[in-house]
Amino acid sequence: MPSVRFRLNGVETEIDADPDRSLLDILRGQLGMTGPHFGCGAGECGACNVVIGDRAVTACDTPLWSVADKDITTIEGLGSPEHPHPLQRAFIAEQALQCGYCVSGILMSAAALLKRNAAPTTREVKEALDGNLCRCGSHNRMVRAVLRAANEMATG
Amino acid sequence: MNQPSPPPSKLPVSLTANPRLSSWLKFSTQGQVTVSPGKVEIGQGIVTALAQIAADELDIDLSRVQMVRASTAVSPNEGVTSGSLSVQQSGRALRHACAEVRQIFLQLASERLGVGIEALDVDDGTISGPGNVTTSYWELADEVSLDRDATPDVKPKLATHRALAGTSVQRVDIPDKVFGRPRFIHDWALPEMLHGRVLRPDKARAKLVGLKDEGARAIAGLVAVVRDGSFAGVVSETEHGAEIALQALRKGAVWTDGEPLPDENDLAAFLKAQPTETTVIDKRAASPSGAKTRTIRRQYIRPYIAHASIAPSCAMAQWNGDRVRVWTHSQGVYLLRADLALVLKLPAENITVEHLEGAGCYGHNAADDVALDAVLLARAAGGRPVRVQWSREGEMSDAPFGAAMAIEIEADLDAEGEIIDWRHSIWSNGHAARPGRAAQPALLAGYELEKPFPRMISTNPPQANGGGGDRNAIPLYDFPSWQIESHRLTTMPIRTSALRTLGAQGNVFAIESLLDEIAAGRGEDPVAFRLRHLGDERAKDVIRAAAKRAGWKPEKQPGIGYGIALARYKNTGAYCAVVAEIEGAEEIMVRKLTLAVDVGEAINPDGVINQIEGGAIQATSWVLKERVRFDRQRITSTNWTEYPILRFNEVPDVEVEVLQRPETDPVGAGEAAHGPVTAAIANAVFDALGVRVRQLPITRDSLIAAMESAS
Repeated sequence: MPSVRFRLNGVETEIDADPDRSLLDILRGQLGMTGPHFGCGAGECGACNVVIGDRAVTACDTPLWSVADKDITTIEGLGSPEHPHPLQRAFIAEQALQCGYCVSGILMSAAALLKRNAAPTTREVKEALDGNLCRCGSHNRMVRAVLRAANEMATG
Repeated sequence: MNQPSPPPSKLPVSLTANPRLSSWLKFSTQGQVTVSPGKVEIGQGIVTALAQIAADELDIDLSRVQMVRASTAVSPNEGVTSGSLSVQQSGRALRHACAEVRQIFLQLASERLGVGIEALDVDDGTISGPGNVTTSYWELADEVSLDRDATPDVKPKLATHRALAGTSVQRVDIPDKVFGRPRFIHDWALPEMLHGRVLRPDKARAKLVGLKDEGARAIAGLVAVVRDGSFAGVVSETEHGAEIALQALRKGAVWTDGEPLPDENDLAAFLKAQPTETTVIDKRAASPSGAKTRTIRRQYIRPYIAHASIAPSCAMAQWNGDRVRVWTHSQGVYLLRADLALVLKLPAENITVEHLEGAGCYGHNAADDVALDAVLLARAAGGRPVRVQWSREGEMSDAPFGAAMAIEIEADLDAEGEIIDWRHSIWSNGHAARPGRAAQPALLAGYELEKPFPRMISTNPPQANGGGGDRNAIPLYDFPSWQIESHRLTTMPIRTSALRTLGAQGNVFAIESLLDEIAAGRGEDPVAFRLRHLGDERAKDVIRAAAKRAGWKPEKQPGIGYGIALARYKNTGAYCAVVAEIEGAEEIMVRKLTLAVDVGEAINPDGVINQIEGGAIQATSWVLKERVRFDRQRITSTNWTEYPILRFNEVPDVEVEVLQRPETDPVGAGEAAHGPVTAAIANAVFDALGVRVRQLPITRDSLIAAMESAS
């Protein structure tokens, strides 16, 4: 079995697996990383989003071979209760979810946005999250939380 | 003369069913209270609201409360978590139980400390009296037995003495979810866990008549191929292996043609042509106050709507001899257990069902079905646990849907255009086919076995429990006479069961649309018209609050429209009024929704706002986008492209005002917004474009159809 190497949440990682398998499958299966969620398997809902470089991508339709030598961040690498990312703090402060199944993917889309654009407008936040589906109707709270995080990061 | 005796005190309903105090509460000597409700977290924040209620009544800090997940092994049986009843039922029971337990502790403390109960005070579990004498719940925990039944005469605290109720504490489940820690059933791994997948036909109700399984068996990691009649599936060492094996199994399957589906483009004709059971839901007769000069008759249509949970349903099961343990995100662990017992022909005691959180379900989705799938596949797993997850396609086609509805209203008007008689008729499948309530199971695989159970035909809860297809069909208004009829289909080619609000969305859409039309016909402002026909001050208050906050009615601008609507959920629950602002030409964009809501005592006001806001956005999605698609053989809306829901770019601004009534018993908020939001949007479309759309969803196509039929 060929091996694929990448950096996962800052850690050099090497995986022996069929390179055509999806990144999500590998993350949740072999790597036991359950933060990225399976929603549709077709790149339509964003529940499985991870950040590769400075872009959020749907891990469910990203083949393993395509992430060779890339930098991958999952929700597990975004922050921790001890060292939360400003987005995680803001989502708690705004109580920006209901069931929360979509939220790990949404946080990754938002994290990628803030990497590229430190001071997004409401419209830009909505654009950045438009590939993510939320069925509970928590959208407006999530947008507020992203703006709050951006503001917090700007004022340090 | 005899004094009238006071009415006997009554226990809250959940406490009557489960009176043993220890089934609700346990105290540790380490300073913790374990609270075990029978209701489950489905993303509505209920666990936090219940923790608030317990902490308040016991006078302890919220951090001392540990909430236990519902399980048939330990929890009180509170039926199903549905109908916006959790705060009402579980909250009231818990409040009462905690009040009684507090008294029991105070009694013992009084004896220990030699101080009268009335002189004792509780602060974060520490009980103190005059002269600095103290003890605590934790010191006394081992000496107090809660293995006793609740009694009716205990009085919970006055609302004004509660510290936490009415405050927006942060939800206890949110940190796990934003840090990506395993909390959902989908993310749990049991030791030695295997993975299963179930094969289901593309064509509706096709039967499996041939199955070659060599291909599946050749896949690495395969543990078993299971077949029982038309039920078939695979068990594998890995999830990936199970997926691949299922693909191989599908290639070897031969199916019959299945059973025909209705014409999705003529739902009303289909619904009205079916055999039905007719019930007169309500009747009010009065001698007419004026002479009838004309009758207007309108038909409203709501399509089938998918629950479309963002996560495919998932469950785990593990056999040990003739006992099985099941992990599920079902809304009712006891009800699921009852149906599993029917299918397995086992005593319920042999089955333990535990709740783990899933994604929002919005009613009866596939959570229970997948649990039976897991149980059946796990029989072939040699005692190892098996996790089964449905596919997106399965979730969108095999789970029950919210029932399609055709609603016809005839209103007799007098010369002034006032309503003198009102006749409301509903044609729809039943809105409930939940497990655990009948002598036959309501689980999908049960219909597929070699010896199948008959398919359950959905029914409607009685009006006294809120009704089903007829939910919210009885007007809140003071029309002099009316008749409400429900025609429940006794055939069911498309499987339906409880979706948020049951029939209320359709009925409120119909009633509030027609009222708007009648008000407009009179040239009367729709807010004034409604206020004039309402006697209930709480209903009037939410209308006034929503209208005021939205600046009713803003000045007319081209292409912009405003609409208002009102409902009281189930006619007994939360009041909600909505003003919708839309922008429209060929497509409708909802710009803003302004809502006022009265849930009685709002235990967690931010939780109420979150639920109302979420309900409003979800309803907007139903109204603008959602419709289960099918041809005559199969459901075709099996992914997010074919079944689109509202996206971030399309979401309206939502403002919610909560009218607090701390002295009034709390009711749930989760389903209050859907009906009024639907009608308010439709009324705003008329305001903007001058066309009444009576068929949901309101899309470019339905707008064109409505314009054509108007001209």
